[in-house]
Amino acid sequence: MYLNDKQIKELEKRANSIRQDIIKILLKAGSGHSAGPLGMADVFTALYFNVMKINPKKPEWQDRDYLMLSNGHICPVQYVALAHAGYFPKKELNTLRQLGSRLQGHPHRGTLPGIDVSSGPLGDGISQAVGLAYALRMDKKKNWVYALMGDGEQNAGIVWEATMFAGKNKLANLTAIIDRNNIQIDGNTEDIMPLEPLKDKYEAFGWHVIDVDGHNIPDFISACEQAKAIVEKPVLIIAHTIPGKGVDFMEYDFTWHGKPPKEDEAKIALNELRTLRGKITSEHE
Amino acid sequence: MINKKAKLVKNLFSKDIKLIPTRNGYGDGVVEAGKKDKNIIVLCCDLTDSTKSGSFAKAFPDRFVEVGIAEPNMTCLAAGMALRGKIPFISSYAMFSPGRSWEQVRTTICYNKTNVKIVGAHAGVSVGPDGATHQAIEDIAIMRVLPTMNVIVPCDYEETKKATMAVAKLKGACYLRFAREATPVFTTPATPFKIGKAEVFKDGKDVTIIACGPLVYEALKAAKELEKEKISVRVINNHTIKPLDTKTIIQSAKETGAIVTVEEHQKNGGLGSAVAECLVENYPVPMERIGVNDRFGESGPSDVLLDIFELTSPFIVKAVKKVLKRKA
Repeated sequence: MYLNDKQIKELEKRANSIRQDIIKILLKAGSGHSAGPLGMADVFTALYFNVMKINPKKPEWQDRDYLMLSNGHICPVQYVALAHAGYFPKKELNTLRQLGSRLQGHPHRGTLPGIDVSSGPLGDGISQAVGLAYALRMDKKKNWVYALMGDGEQNAGIVWEATMFAGKNKLANLTAIIDRNNIQIDGNTEDIMPLEPLKDKYEAFGWHVIDVDGHNIPDFISACEQAKAIVEKPVLIIAHTIPGKGVDFMEYDFTWHGKPPKEDEAKIALNELRTLRGKITSEHE
Repeated sequence: MINKKAKLVKNLFSKDIKLIPTRNGYGDGVVEAGKKDKNIIVLCCDLTDSTKSGSFAKAFPDRFVEVGIAEPNMTCLAAGMALRGKIPFISSYAMFSPGRSWEQVRTTICYNKTNVKIVGAHAGVSVGPDGATHQAIEDIAIMRVLPTMNVIVPCDYEETKKATMAVAKLKGACYLRFAREATPVFTTPATPFKIGKAEVFKDGKDVTIIACGPLVYEALKAAKELEKEKISVRVINNHTIKPLDTKTIIQSAKETGAIVTVEEHQKNGGLGSAVAECLVENYPVPMERIGVNDRFGESGPSDVLLDIFELTSPFIVKAVKKVLKRKA
């Protein structure tokens, strides 16, 4: 769908606001992952506020599109996006990772509206997404399945079992997205276990692959549209992102993969996000 | 006395009793279940014939999914399919599913609350010549420990067929365990079967044998032997390990005062452990366990292996005598 400048600005503003909430809830939780959620804020904004057919008031709507988060540890970005979209009250975001909360440390299906899959153990989510896409096609349903994976997740053998199956069965109703931010817990992906040439690997498995800047919302949306137009294969979008995007001291630093900001760090981060790194000098909320 | 209500075959101890593998009961049962419910689908990991999924593949080719040798993937695929109302039966050897796929079973079936049935063929040392790598004797333990999981070990062809059709209607996670070899078909279509309800196949007052799987037949043989020595033995077919029929087990402990459990599985964590846990908390009585004693299987003829691992009726007889000494 064509986006005018105003619509693009609105989506970018939404992504920024989602980033601020990610910082706030991670600070409150005192544990959790920072880099991945910040890096994927633009992709989640595009998916929940433009690409996907959803009804936040009816999370179980049978004709909905699905977002299957395979790298469950980046769930803060999904939780914030769901709250912004209206699946549950924003104030509940403050309960992240707390006792009795519907916002579990890793997503749990059936607990929080909008979460369609329990995930965290890496690789399980993409495999479930492939099964879901297969079942939808069996029933000739039009729902679309989006599956989000991490790049470090590509180390897991089950990813390749699942993607091999999807390629064999030409699951064209499936769009997988890899957050290609080049980091995982122990370091940079190419040091831990080299993934490149990642595109060639997926193509060899019978997938169509699109590379895109994961921070360019219009480009990402257009990649999703292209994916829907490809009817004979599953499509992988490799979203090239900057881990920790939007917060200078977190960007590109793998040590921010698995920890939350402390209070002083959160203050700096929020200030950066509110002022777009000093570009805006007037007071913001 | 054999319990008349159990409706066992008339030629129970005759040499011409029919022999059919339990896995065939799955093959026939899942086709029957598939006729009744179009949501039932079967997934298989390159073992269509030996898991007996082939009959379903033939009857419903559009509802059969070949996954290749990828059991963790099969597990999660099934969970994903169940999100849209499918009722997947995932079939492989027990050693690989659930043996290889335990975490996926835990996360995507149990924790995720999906309606998936895991059917593990070729369980036990009676798999025979394939040896230890293919003889699952830990599967009951790793499945029964999972919240929401139901665990069923049918005793013969007829019961496997009934169990397959019953779990098709049960909403939730289930593990069904089968054996490879042909074993006596000693129950009949009229034999009662209800998930979670242990059946008294033979009544007795001195001791109770609680068994599961094809070894229930060995337990009946042992009871017959012991009758000759005026020892009155109750035999319970405990096909459902989870949820355990604690009522029947506690009642038998009270009425007979001694228990022997029998299973083709590690003593650690299987039926014997489940029964012991129940009795320790409710009504402790002397108890002996027949099972594999913390070791791996090995290659050999099926019947010989069952003897070497001391799982057959002469060893059950010994265990009964031992427990009776402790009771006195």
